[in-house]
Amino acid sequence: MLKIESITKIFGGLTALQGVSFSIAAGEITGIIGPNGAGKTTLFNIVTGIYDPTSGKVYYGGTDITGFPPEKLARLGMVRTFQGIELFGQMTVLENVMVGLHTKSRSGIIASALKLPAHLREERHIRERAISWLEFAGIAELAHMKAANLPFGKGRLLEIARAMAVEPQIILLDEPAAGLNSRETADLATLIMKIKDSGITVAVVEHDMELVMEICSRIVVINLGHKLAEGTPREIQEDEKVITAYLGEG
Amino acid sequence: MKFLEGSMKQELMKFFVFAVAVFTAPVFFKGGYIVNVLVFVGIYTILAVALNLLLGLAGQISLGQAAFFGLGAYISGVLTATYAVNPWVAMVIAAIAVGIVAFILGFPILKLKGHYLAMATLGMGIIVYIFFNETVDLTGGPSGLPGIPNLAISGIIFDSDIKNYYLVWSFAIVTILLSVNLSASRIGRALRAIHDSEVAARILGVNVRLLKVQIFTISGIFSALAGSLYAHTVQFISPASFGFNVSIELLTMVIIGGLGSIYGSFLGAAILTLLPELFRTFQDYDIVVYGIVLIVMTMFMPGGLVRGIPLLARSLLAKVKSGLPSERRV
Amino acid sequence: MELFEQILQYILSGLSTGAIYALIGLGFAIIYNSTSIINFAQGEFVMLGGMLTLFFHITLGLSLPLAIILAVVVTTAVGALFERLAISPLKDAEPIILIIITIGGSILIRGVAMLLWGKDTHALPMFSGNEPIILMGAAMMPQNLWIFGITLIIITANRLFFHHSISGKAMRACSFNRTASRLVGIDVKRMILFSFVISSAMGAAAGIIIAPLTMTSYDVGIMLGLKGFCAAIIGGMSSGMGTVAGGLIVGVLESLGAGLISSGYKDAIAFIILLLILFIRPQGLFIKGEAERV
Repeated sequence: MLKIESITKIFGGLTALQGVSFSIAAGEITGIIGPNGAGKTTLFNIVTGIYDPTSGKVYYGGTDITGFPPEKLARLGMVRTFQGIELFGQMTVLENVMVGLHTKSRSGIIASALKLPAHLREERHIRERAISWLEFAGIAELAHMKAANLPFGKGRLLEIARAMAVEPQIILLDEPAAGLNSRETADLATLIMKIKDSGITVAVVEHDMELVMEICSRIVVINLGHKLAEGTPREIQEDEKVITAYLGEG
Repeated sequence: MKFLEGSMKQELMKFFVFAVAVFTAPVFFKGGYIVNVLVFVGIYTILAVALNLLLGLAGQISLGQAAFFGLGAYISGVLTATYAVNPWVAMVIAAIAVGIVAFILGFPILKLKGHYLAMATLGMGIIVYIFFNETVDLTGGPSGLPGIPNLAISGIIFDSDIKNYYLVWSFAIVTILLSVNLSASRIGRALRAIHDSEVAARILGVNVRLLKVQIFTISGIFSALAGSLYAHTVQFISPASFGFNVSIELLTMVIIGGLGSIYGSFLGAAILTLLPELFRTFQDYDIVVYGIVLIVMTMFMPGGLVRGIPLLARSLLAKVKSGLPSERRV
Repeated sequence: MELFEQILQYILSGLSTGAIYALIGLGFAIIYNSTSIINFAQGEFVMLGGMLTLFFHITLGLSLPLAIILAVVVTTAVGALFERLAISPLKDAEPIILIIITIGGSILIRGVAMLLWGKDTHALPMFSGNEPIILMGAAMMPQNLWIFGITLIIITANRLFFHHSISGKAMRACSFNRTASRLVGIDVKRMILFSFVISSAMGAAAGIIIAPLTMTSYDVGIMLGLKGFCAAIIGGMSSGMGTVAGGLIVGVLESLGAGLISSGYKDAIAFIILLLILFIRPQGLFIKGEAERV
């Protein structure tokens, strides 16, 4: 579904990524792992249109989407979450998810300002859908809390619920388990499996090895900007290059 | 969904009460001098609300709102005083012209963020102000443009304070209603999303660039309408009313009232227009006061009066409650 | 050859005002580099320099050199006070908040100046007489030489400080990476205060040396501040030669435009340049680099 072809990214004097290529199959959970600074988030940023690659291409369902801006990708069914959670802090939890439904609604400025009937109907619909996504993520009881006041773990779930509201075909999660305790991580794992079971392709950048090995059917290892290895969790665990990269020689 | 209807009903109630208060106010003031001041409160309310849409909702700072205000005033003024165009037609032309200017300028200007945006809008405001001063043949230059006619509908000429009050406040009420509606809608949420995290808004499919320009344009059009109204009620305009100081006053009004609070903008406009009238002798202190107010409000009451006063009241109440019984906390 | 002489005249006076813009621009850059804040009140430090000198020299009757020194000291104190009271408590706030605070500060300073000294424009006496010097057919006031000389000294001192002294290098470190600077023991808070001190002193100096030529009053800060900002933008907010070049460019273009095209629009020229740079190349003319989309 997503094909990354020979992506290279150079920032000034630093080569963040060098000729990275791999594919993400539809309907699966693919993990992208690697030591810190390996270039994983940079890769995500390139795929999701925040950076342009220095060279290389990204294909989504056969279409070349290299350099497409994020808002265009959202309408094509690609959405992501951020390492540092980018919530709309001043808005409520419910409103955050309602923004996720932006592409699923169409009331323009005039209709909104005049509160035309079509707009009112749509508002009701948006609210209902948003609540059901909060229920999907298990945080419906927090609907009217200000997002900035959420505990960290709930904030992560909100970000995912909000992304799901876009009704994407593929969701890219950037270190979703960072900062979560083991119970929260278990809840996260369940949620991600639920997402995959609903037919959505998932790509996860992660450091939490247990989580990765548990939920991913395929793993790509990036180290120092290069793709080091690719395979099933089993294969990766036994791959010598990977072991060396993580643990050092000897 | 009951909740939706509930909060909407609340908003409508609030608006209804406000509208009734506005329309009955002159009766209470028995049409004195204060009605004249309230006309200006109305005009500045429109301007403050327009800025709030941009600054409070979308988080885009603009220090050049006076430019759109002035353009609306001068286009209306010149068309009606020099070329005898029908004032209503002139007002529509002014609104459309300023809308187009704002839309075109909006694209390059709103690519900028934070300080750079502030400086760019400041520069834009000053360029327009210089233009008003220099094009003497057209605008009359620093000495101003006199002889602007009043507006009129089917025989009623708006030539007295009380008539202008109702004229201006009709526009202000509509502006407030449209803005409140916009704020609590899909568009309003998208704008607030842009304010909180532009990148997250984009990732969710919001066309950030276009939306920013659209709200900038609407803000410009409202400001231009305020300008036209100003021209026809005062019947004389000069560049001094549209300088950098006015943009700062508007900023202060929005800050006092509270970023994002539409009714707060009315409060800010009312306070900053009425107070100087009450303290006539302290005319020269106004700049100092603005400076202090900006700093103090931003530091201690970032939500503006609309949110700050209830908060203050609550915390004072809590302090009183905890001080009453003779309990001591170690 | 009259046109040539005229153009030379414009260029010379443009370089002179350009030097002032360069100094003001450096003030912006120094504060920006250590705090990521654009200090809207920078122009007011310039105004204070000129107005305070006037006050000390004319109203209090002190000698010109003493008045100048006192003016710089007082302005620097104002700058430090501003940083301590209004900037330091809020340094982690949203950019909008900081912008509004510095705008508030600039209005406050301007308002107090107006209350103390009224709205009139005043002229500071020239440092060394009113006889113009003729150079290749163009006239130059001795004040212009003072401007060039003092600007050169300040810029050199600036460069020496930032590149060859421990404190200066520490300040540059803060601008590159605040956390890392803290980790190696640099007192970031002190550096920030220091940057305000240096910028307000430079601003005051700029205001003092230009005051004899262009008259000073309580509201000269706005225009000068904006034009200095323009210089800094052209230079890419660098604390070095880029901003100096930016200032000279703005000064010369403004002077040529005012002389050759129209003098009424003189101020507009600098702002049009500002807008064009911000629209087309906000990273400045001299810095190479890619702009991120987000």
